[in-house]
Amino acid sequence: MTPLNWSEILLAVALRLWPVWAALIATFALSIIFKRRLGLYGKLFDSTVGMIGFALVMFWAYTALFAPMIIDHDVLSQVGQMKNVVPGTPMPDGSGYYLLGGDHLGRDVFSRMVAGSSVVLQIAPLATLFAYMVGITLGLPAGYFGGRLDDGLSFLANLVLAFPVILLFYLLVTPEIVETGLPQYVAAVIFILPLLFLLLLLNSRYYVKPGFRNAAAAVILVAGGWTYLSLVSEKDTRIAFLPDALDWIHVPPNILIVFVSVIFVNAPTVFRIVRGLTLDIRTRDYVAAAQTRGEGPWYIMLWEILPNARGPLIVDFCLRIGYTTILLGTLGFFGLGLSPESPDWGSTINAGRKLLTIAPHPAFVPALALMSLVLGLNLLADGLREESLRD
Amino acid sequence: MLKFLARRLLLLLLSAVCITFVIFFLTNLQPNLRKVAKFEAGSRISDAEVTSWLQKNGYDRPFAVRYGEWLGVVPGWTGTNDEGAPVGRCIHAGADPASAPRYCGILQGDWGTSSVFKDSVGKIVATRLGLTGILMFWVMVTMVPISLAIGILAGMREGSRLDRALSTLSIASTSTPEYVSGVVLIVLFASSMTGLKWFKGSAASAMDGITFENFFLPVATIALYGIGYIARMTRASMTEVMTAQYIRTARLKGVSFRNVVLRHALRNALIAPFTVIMLQFPWLLNGVVITETLFNYKGFGWTLVQAAGNNDIQLLLGCSVCAVFVVLVTQLISDIGYAFLNPRIRIG
Amino acid sequence: MSDTSTWDPSKPILEIENLSISFFTRLREIPAVMDFSCTVMPGEAMGLVGESGCGKSTVALAVMRDLGKNGRIVGGSIRFKGRDLTRMSDEDLRHIRGSEIAMIYQEPMASLNPAMRIGAQLAEVPMIHEGMAKDEAWALARQIVADVRLPDPDRILRAYPHQLSGGQQQRIVIAMALMSKPALLILDEPTTALDVTVEAGIVDLVKDLGAKYGTSMLFISHNLGLVLDVCDRLCVMYSGEAVETGAVADVFDRMQHPYTQALFRSIPLPGADKNARPLISIPGNFPLPHERPPGCNFGPRCSYFAKGLCDAAEVPMVRVAGHDRHDTRCLRVAEIDWQAAPAARAGQGRSEIGPVVLKMDDVKKYYEVSGGMFGGGARKVVKANETLSFEAHEGETLAIVGESGCGKSTFAKVLMGLETATSGRIMLYDRDIQNTPIEKRSTETVSGVQMVFQNPFDTLNPSMTVGRQIIRALEIFGQGKDDKERADRMLELLDVVKLPRAFAERMPRQLSGGQKQRVGIARAFAGGAKIVVADEPVSALDVSVQAAVTDLLMEIQRKNRTTLLFISHDLSIVRYLSDRVMVMYLGHVVELGTTDQVFAPPYHPYTEALLSAVPIADTRVEKKRIVLEGDIPSAMNPPPGCPFQTRCRWKARVSPAGLCEREMPPMRVLAGGHQIKCHLSDTELASMEPVIKIAAE
Repeated sequence: MTPLNWSEILLAVALRLWPVWAALIATFALSIIFKRRLGLYGKLFDSTVGMIGFALVMFWAYTALFAPMIIDHDVLSQVGQMKNVVPGTPMPDGSGYYLLGGDHLGRDVFSRMVAGSSVVLQIAPLATLFAYMVGITLGLPAGYFGGRLDDGLSFLANLVLAFPVILLFYLLVTPEIVETGLPQYVAAVIFILPLLFLLLLLNSRYYVKPGFRNAAAAVILVAGGWTYLSLVSEKDTRIAFLPDALDWIHVPPNILIVFVSVIFVNAPTVFRIVRGLTLDIRTRDYVAAAQTRGEGPWYIMLWEILPNARGPLIVDFCLRIGYTTILLGTLGFFGLGLSPESPDWGSTINAGRKLLTIAPHPAFVPALALMSLVLGLNLLADGLREESLRD
Repeated sequence: MLKFLARRLLLLLLSAVCITFVIFFLTNLQPNLRKVAKFEAGSRISDAEVTSWLQKNGYDRPFAVRYGEWLGVVPGWTGTNDEGAPVGRCIHAGADPASAPRYCGILQGDWGTSSVFKDSVGKIVATRLGLTGILMFWVMVTMVPISLAIGILAGMREGSRLDRALSTLSIASTSTPEYVSGVVLIVLFASSMTGLKWFKGSAASAMDGITFENFFLPVATIALYGIGYIARMTRASMTEVMTAQYIRTARLKGVSFRNVVLRHALRNALIAPFTVIMLQFPWLLNGVVITETLFNYKGFGWTLVQAAGNNDIQLLLGCSVCAVFVVLVTQLISDIGYAFLNPRIRIG
Repeated sequence: MSDTSTWDPSKPILEIENLSISFFTRLREIPAVMDFSCTVMPGEAMGLVGESGCGKSTVALAVMRDLGKNGRIVGGSIRFKGRDLTRMSDEDLRHIRGSEIAMIYQEPMASLNPAMRIGAQLAEVPMIHEGMAKDEAWALARQIVADVRLPDPDRILRAYPHQLSGGQQQRIVIAMALMSKPALLILDEPTTALDVTVEAGIVDLVKDLGAKYGTSMLFISHNLGLVLDVCDRLCVMYSGEAVETGAVADVFDRMQHPYTQALFRSIPLPGADKNARPLISIPGNFPLPHERPPGCNFGPRCSYFAKGLCDAAEVPMVRVAGHDRHDTRCLRVAEIDWQAAPAARAGQGRSEIGPVVLKMDDVKKYYEVSGGMFGGGARKVVKANETLSFEAHEGETLAIVGESGCGKSTFAKVLMGLETATSGRIMLYDRDIQNTPIEKRSTETVSGVQMVFQNPFDTLNPSMTVGRQIIRALEIFGQGKDDKERADRMLELLDVVKLPRAFAERMPRQLSGGQKQRVGIARAFAGGAKIVVADEPVSALDVSVQAAVTDLLMEIQRKNRTTLLFISHDLSIVRYLSDRVMVMYLGHVVELGTTDQVFAPPYHPYTEALLSAVPIADTRVEKKRIVLEGDIPSAMNPPPGCPFQTRCRWKARVSPAGLCEREMPPMRVLAGGHQIKCHLSDTELASMEPVIKIAAE
C-alpha cells in the first residue's frame, strides 16, 4: 500500500467521522426548524458566532459519544515499525493506515485523539457541574445573609484563589496524597453537597405539602444516597465500607484526585460569581415580597434568586467547562494524576513534546483538538451572552 | 486610608500564615517524609529504620511545632546523633554547634537546603526568580499594551467589523493555553514540518544571553493567552463605558469621537482591566511554569517542577512561599490601585 | 458659526416637518415616530407630553441626531435655524451640538463623568467650541455655576460628581448646557429623578435662565403640571404621533383631541374626591409599536370611536379654526362637544371607618452604619424613624407622605417585620408584634399585613408564571385544602383584579406595567389581608394607567374593609384617595390629621412647601410659590433641633430666636385632633394662607 497524500488523509478522516456528521446535521436541522420555540437555546441559532461555537462543541461531544465506532486502531497497542511515522502511513500488515501518523511508541495518533475526547468530555463537564454545586450552595447564603458568614466564606475563597493553580496541583495530585486518603475525604464532603442541595430545593418549596415532600425526599435519599455511597466508597482504599456487590460506581483514586482538585480550583470563582449575583438580586422587590409573605431563606435563595441568576451562570458554565478542559490538559502536560498510558490530550501533548522539532504531529494533533474544543465553548458562551442580552 | 491599609496588611498576613500552613501540611505528609528518609538513608531500608531515621532527624515531633520551627517562631530542635555529637535543625554540617542560632526559620532568612541541587534554598530561589523576572518583564512589555489596545479598539465601537475581528481574535487566544500555543508555535516556526526555523524551540541558551531568536517564542507563548483575556476584559469595560449616559453627554457637548474615547472613556474603562492585570499574576505563574518546562528555560517555574518531581521538600516550600507572596502582594496592589484609580472610592 | 448670520430671528428656530423615525431590529422595522411636525420660535418653550413609549424622547434624540446604531430617520426634515440637521455631516453636527443645541437629561448622576472634576467637564464646552483658553474657560465655568445658584462655586468646580447631591448634580448639568449660551435647550424629563421640593427649585431655575438668556426650550415630560409651569406651547404625543399641538392655555382648557381629554380626566385635580368624583381611566392598553391599529392609533381606546371612519385611513393633522396655531389629529373634531361634562359615574358612598386595627406607639428605628468605604471611622447611628405614633382604623386609607430619606420605607419594613424596631410598641388588634420578626409571626399575622410594591418591573419574579406566584402566596397563607382549590382561588383573584384568566399561564415579561401591578395586588390580597401597605403603587405607572390601578385598589379595599397605608410623594393622588394624612420629614412625623385638615391652613411649614411644589395641571389653580433652599439633609447627619429648620421659611418668626436650632419642637394637638410638630405660635399658624386657590370659573 502506498502512503496517502494530504487530501486522501482528510477524506479518510472525514469518512471515519461519519456518525458525528450525521448527528450534527440532525441536531442543527431540528434546532433551526424549531428555534422560535426553544427559548434561549433557539436564539443561539440567530448568532453566527454562537452557531460555530455550538457546532464545535457538539462535534467533540458526538466524537466522544461515538468514539468506539470511530477508532480504527487499538489506542494502547504499539507497533514497532510505526514509531513517529508521518500521517497517512499504511500499516506494515496492510490492515489500514495510521491516518494522522504514529507516536513515539508506535500508537495511532488519530485513534488516541478520538479516545482522548471521551476522557476529557467525561471529566470536564461533570467536574464543572460539581464546582457549580459547591459554589452555589456556599455562594447563595454568603450573598443573602452577608455578615460574618460572608466574611468567613469570602476569606476562604480568596485563600484558595491565592494559590497558584499549578502549585496546588503539584501539592494535591500526588500518589502520596492519594495514599493518605485525603481526596476521598474531600470527595465525601463535596459529593454530599448535591444531595443536600436537592433536599433543600425540595423542602423549601414543598414543606407546605408534607405528604408530597416526604415521598419525594425518600426517593432522593435512597437513590441519591446510594449513588453517593458508591461514589465515595472504593475497594482497597481508606473509605471502603460499601460491600462490593452494592458499589456500582468505580472511580479510581487517581481520577478522583484529579476530579477533586479541579473542583477545588473552580469552586471559589463560582462562589464569587454567585455571591455577586445574589447581592444584586436580593434587593429586588420580588424578594421583599417573598420575605413579607414569610418565606424561609432557602426558598428565597433557591426559588426566587437562583432562577433569575441563571443567564450569567449558564454563560459562565460554558466558559468554565473550557477552563476545566485547559486545567485537565495542564495536569496531563505535567504527567499528574492520569496514567501515562491515558489517551487524554494533555498527556499526549506531554509525551509528544520531547520530539517536537523532529516529529511534530503526535503533539500537534491533540493540541489542535484541545484548542478547538475550548474555542467552541468560548464562542458558544459568547453567543449565548450576546443573545441573552438582546431584545 | 491608613486604617484601610492596615486592615489589608493584616488580612494579607493572616492569609500568608494560613496558606503556608496548608502548604507545609501538604508537603510534610507521612508518605512524603518516608520518601525523604529512603532518599537520604538508602532506598532499601526497612519500615522500622525509616521510623528511627525520621525520629533522629526531628520529624517525629508534633506537626504544629515543626511548622513553628520552619517559620522561625519556635526554637529549632536539638539532639545528639549516634556518635553523641549535638545535632539540630539550626546546626549545619561542619558548623560549630555552640554558635548555632536558636531560631532558624524563613523569618530568620534560613530557608533550608535543597536535596536535589545541594545548595541553600534561598540562593536557588533568588537566582531562578531573577531569570523568571526577565521573562516576565518582556511578557508584560508585550502583553499589556497590545491587549489594552485591542480591548479599547474593539470596545469603542461595539458591533463594528473591527470589533468582531478583534473579539474573535481574543476569544481564539484565550482558547489557546500555553502548552498548546507553545507546541503550535514551535511546530510552525522551529520545526522541520514547516521548515521555517525562524526561532529556536528551546530557550536554554537564553539564560546566558537573550536574543530575539531564543526568547521570542517563550515570551509569545505566555503573552498570547494573557492578551486574549485582558483584551476581553478591557473590551467589556470599554463597551459598558461607551454606552454610559455621560459619554452621550460628552458626545452631545460636541466633543470629537477621538476625545470622547481619550478624555472621557479611557480612564473609566481602564479601572477594571487594571485589577484584572494585577489578579492575573497567580495565573501567569501557571504560564511561566508550563513555558519554562516546554522551552527548557531554567527559571523559577522549572525549579518548582524539579522540586515537586523530586520530593525536594525544602525547595518546594521555598518556591511555594515565594509564589504565594507574589500573589498576595499583587492582590494588595490591585486593591490599593483600584481605590486610587476610582475617585468614587478614594474620597469615600 | 457658519450660517447664523443669514438666519432671520423672526423665523422659527426649530422646524420639524413630517419626521418619521424607525428602529431596526433583526425581525422587523419598528416605527417609533411617525409624521411628527412641530415648530419652536425663538425664546419659546415647547412642551412635549406623552406616556412612556410614545416617542417623545426619540424626537429629542433625533434633533441631536443621536439615535444609536439601530435608529434611523426615515422621512421628513429637522431644520434648525433654517439648516436641515438630517442632512448635516458629522463634523458640522459636532459644531452645533453643545454650542447651539444643548441637552439636559433625566439622570443627573449618570450624565456626569465620574472620573472628571466638575470644572473640567464644564470648561471643556467653551474650549471646544470657542477655542477658549483654559483659565478663561474655568472662570466662565465659575460664573455659570454661580448663575445656577450653587453655593461655594470654587469648591464645586474642584469636586467630583459623586460628592454632590442629586439636585446639585442636575444644576451642574444645566450649567454645562448653558456654558456656550445655546439657542435651543432640550430638557428630557430633567426632574423625574428628583424629589418634589428639589424639582420645584430646578423648574424655577430653568424658567429664569430661559428668560435671562433668551433660550428656546424643548421640554419633554410626562407631567402635565410641570408643562403648564414651564411652557408656552405644548405638543401631546400618543404612540409615535403628535395628536394635538397648540398654546398651553388652548390645549389645557379647549382641548380638541379625545386622548388629551382622557388624559386630563384620569389625573386627580384639587377638589376631586374619590367618592364624589372618581377618576376616569382610559380603557385598554397602549399599543405596542408593531401592533398599532389601522387608522387612528387611539381608536381602540377612544370613547368617540366611529367604526369605518376612524379605522379607515391614516388620520392627518388638521388646524383648529379660531385658535392660535392649534392642530389636532382627530377626524371627528367638529362633531364632538368638547365642553360636555364626562358621563357621571356613580360615586361610591364613603365607607364607614371601623375600630382601631393598628396602633404604633413611640416607635423608633435606629441603624448603625460604619462610616466611609474603607471600614474606618466612627460608627454612626442613622435615626430612620423617630417617635412614630399613630392609629389606623379598619376600612381607612391613611396616606404617608414624604420625600426620599423621610423614613417611610423603614416604617414599612418595621411594620412588615422585616426589621424589628429599636423601641416602642406596634399593636395589631390586641397583639404586640413589635418584637416579633417575620419568621416568628403566625401565618394569620403575616397574611393579615401585606404589601404592594412600587416598581412594577421588579415586583414579580421574572422566571415564574403569574398563576404560580399567586398560588405560592395561597400555599404559604394556608389557603385552600388542595392544589385544585388553590388554582380555583387563584383564578378568582385574577377576576378580582380584572385580569383575564388566561394570564395565569403568562410570564411576567409578557405583561405591561399596570397588569403586573394588578398581579402584585392580587398576591397581596391572597390571604385576606387586613392591612395593606402600598408603597407608591402607581408612581412608576403612566398617568392613564394610574387611575385604573388606584381605583382597583380602592374597590378591593372597600369590599374587604382593609386598612390601606398609602405611601406616596404625590399630593394630588393623596388628596384624592386618603381619609387621613401623615407627613414625614427626616424620620419624624411633622403633621398628622384628616385630609381636609392637612390640605388647609394651618400647615406645618414643610407641608406648605410640599403643597406649593407639586405641579398641578389645572389652569384655574393659583399657587403660592414657595421654593425651598438647598437639599434634604442626609439622615446620617441630621441637623440639630427641628429637622426642617435648615430649609424653613418661617424660622425667623419663631421666638425666641434660635429655638429651632436648639430644640426639637413638641407635637402640638390643634382643633379636631390635627397634630403639628412646630415651634410656631398659634397666632403665626393662624396667619397662614392657603397655598392652593382655585380661581372662580
